[in-house]
Amino acid sequence: MKKALALMLTMGLALSLAACGSKADGNAKSEGVMTYAEYAAADLDAEVVIEAYVQAKQSWWDNKATIYTQDQDGAYFIYEMACSEDEYEKLTTGTKIKVSGVKAEWSGEVEIAEATFEIEDGNYVATAVDATDLLGKDELIDLQNQLVSFTDMTVEAIAYKNDEPGDDIYVTLSKDGNNYEFCLEYYLNGSDEEFYNLVGSLEAGQVVDVEGFLYWYEGMNPHITKVTVK
Amino acid sequence: MKRRTGAVLGLLMAISLLTGCHGRQFEDTFTMPAQFDESRQIELTFWAKNDTNKTQREIYDRAIEGFEALYPNVTVTMRLYNDYGKIYNDVITNISTGTTPNVCITYPDHIATYLTGSGTVMPLDELMEDADYGLGGAALRYDAPTTAQIIPEYLEEGKIGEHYYALPFMRSSEACYVNKTYVEALGYTLPETLTWDFVWEVSEKAMAKNPDGTFQINGQQVMIPFIYKSTDNMMIQSLAQLNAPYSEADGTVSLFQEETTGVLTSVAEHAKSGAFSTFKISGYPANFLNAGQCIFAVDSTAGSTWMGSDAPLVDIAEEKIVDFETAVMTVPQYDPADPKMISQGPSVCIFRKSDPQEVLASWLFVQYLLTDEIQIAYSETEGYVPVTSKARETDEYQEYLSLAGSDGDAHYRVKIDAVKLLMEHTADTFVTPVFNGSASLRDAAGQLIENVTKAVRRNKTVDEAFIRDLYEEVQALYHLDQSGLGASGQEQELGELPNESVGLIVLLLGAWCVIAAVAIRDWLKKRKE
Repeated sequence: MKKALALMLTMGLALSLAACGSKADGNAKSEGVMTYAEYAAADLDAEVVIEAYVQAKQSWWDNKATIYTQDQDGAYFIYEMACSEDEYEKLTTGTKIKVSGVKAEWSGEVEIAEATFEIEDGNYVATAVDATDLLGKDELIDLQNQLVSFTDMTVEAIAYKNDEPGDDIYVTLSKDGNNYEFCLEYYLNGSDEEFYNLVGSLEAGQVVDVEGFLYWYEGMNPHITKVTVK
Repeated sequence: MKRRTGAVLGLLMAISLLTGCHGRQFEDTFTMPAQFDESRQIELTFWAKNDTNKTQREIYDRAIEGFEALYPNVTVTMRLYNDYGKIYNDVITNISTGTTPNVCITYPDHIATYLTGSGTVMPLDELMEDADYGLGGAALRYDAPTTAQIIPEYLEEGKIGEHYYALPFMRSSEACYVNKTYVEALGYTLPETLTWDFVWEVSEKAMAKNPDGTFQINGQQVMIPFIYKSTDNMMIQSLAQLNAPYSEADGTVSLFQEETTGVLTSVAEHAKSGAFSTFKISGYPANFLNAGQCIFAVDSTAGSTWMGSDAPLVDIAEEKIVDFETAVMTVPQYDPADPKMISQGPSVCIFRKSDPQEVLASWLFVQYLLTDEIQIAYSETEGYVPVTSKARETDEYQEYLSLAGSDGDAHYRVKIDAVKLLMEHTADTFVTPVFNGSASLRDAAGQLIENVTKAVRRNKTVDEAFIRDLYEEVQALYHLDQSGLGASGQEQELGELPNESVGLIVLLLGAWCVIAAVAIRDWLKKRKE
């Protein structure tokens, strides 16, 4: 009995260690690569090297890709990274990449600019973090560029950029009497006709749950990727 | 992404300009019809541009409605863009398929590229001069301006080579929107004309900080005293003010020279202290200005409704807006006694079609866009000026100007001040020569300033060696080191054939001679038999 118990405890310990090891490896950084904390602490205009996982692709043109990436600790918006069209096809959701570039800020959005990348082994798909309680709080910016969700938001207004369908849709949602600006970024998911029409047809007063990447433009301006009308 | 899309498309435009234009050759077969045929239906397509401004769209709609009422046999279908670059790209695509629009809002730089090797754009000379249907012609059903009533400086901008290929539609320039309150708080008085020295000096003084790291002038963590929206304009205007070379109409590029180095050195000095930045690096000048985080914001007069504490259009949260007095001034000058500012704004061109009646209908519509009603209505939407003296002199327009500041929307003071500034300085405006590649050169001019600004922010040394390398890099990036640039609307001198080509031609001729010799031999042989 004692032997069996010892064996079970040993196996359990081994499994626990393996699990811990797996988690640690999943977020382990290669040599010379910054942790998210180091990246967040880096000065603007500093050269940065990060490893992260592709969460969504926004656009590709002229061998430049703009993508949302994330690791288990935080998110990185990669703006116009050097990338061929063939490479862009390989950047499926979850793909691990090592990115070298310059940390920059444009109208409040912190991003990696002038970047190059290489694909590495590994895969991770983030789940949305509920940020509803952080609305209107300074701490919200700590989640910048992450996949986040907001629940029980009330639709206040919908406006098409250029006043007609075919471009971004600006969505004003409210919570507890305060308005917040969201955006259906056309380059990110405008080609999803069903989603575009759903957002375009939202009506003031409807209550929705939304999910999206916490983009920043002179304040929070999440790029929405999912809307559930309640 | 709320407003950066324009920048992306601007870059897209820059790249696509390098792709050249390979449409089919149109022969100059247009014969001016003696009369406009109203017995048959004519469909026109009009590609227009607005500034994400609902009122501008309504004015275009009104123009189409008014024109169709006068000419019921003509139907105009509009496709609306909010970016010149996208129009350009679509035109290039449609040249190759022969599906260009009839009428298109455009920039002369773009027309120069459309013209290359294709001749798809109609020269307007014959149409303009026609007694019945020309400018102010007798057979027109509306009160169009005569040639003399179009502001001469603007009319000439549409002339490429020997011909007019575009008429001006609206004109704007750049203005410096100044936080006068902060300038005075820093102990300065605004001069009559802004100079570069003044702007740099005040900007550097505004960088003084409190012990807690905030800036003394605004008590905030952020202050970029001088932000320039279009760095291509910054460089081009600087060189013009210095009477320094930039380019020639024959495609000669003179950008990479001593005076340019001087401008870049100055930019590097002030970017290093943080006193200067650009739209591409930091964001919209208007957002910083309105938040009290910028003192000198240079942007188009067509962006004036975004400028100032009481701007009718804003992109920042209300609680971030700071109260200050906005002064609208010319862009900084090197010689205030001889100010120079760039002329910009949309022009309109006609694409060549095989049916002369379709071309004439297009021309009638273009002229309709220059009538007082359309000119005045469109110019009032932003900091644009009408391109005809006829519209400017109307009681309606004069009243509009006189009501500056009477409300915060239609008569928003900053907007009308920008318009007045432009009208007062019409004679001080200039344009750069237009040729195939001139748009790429313009982008290169801006890229120099962007790269120098970025480099010093990243603690790189910007010295002569850096600038020399930068010149090489930018020349290569924009293909300015190649022989593809040249004047538009005329045959280009291509120089002698390369040796390889000569060799190939000799080889081909030789092969044909051998074939001919064999054929003759066989023929003689057969004849003998």
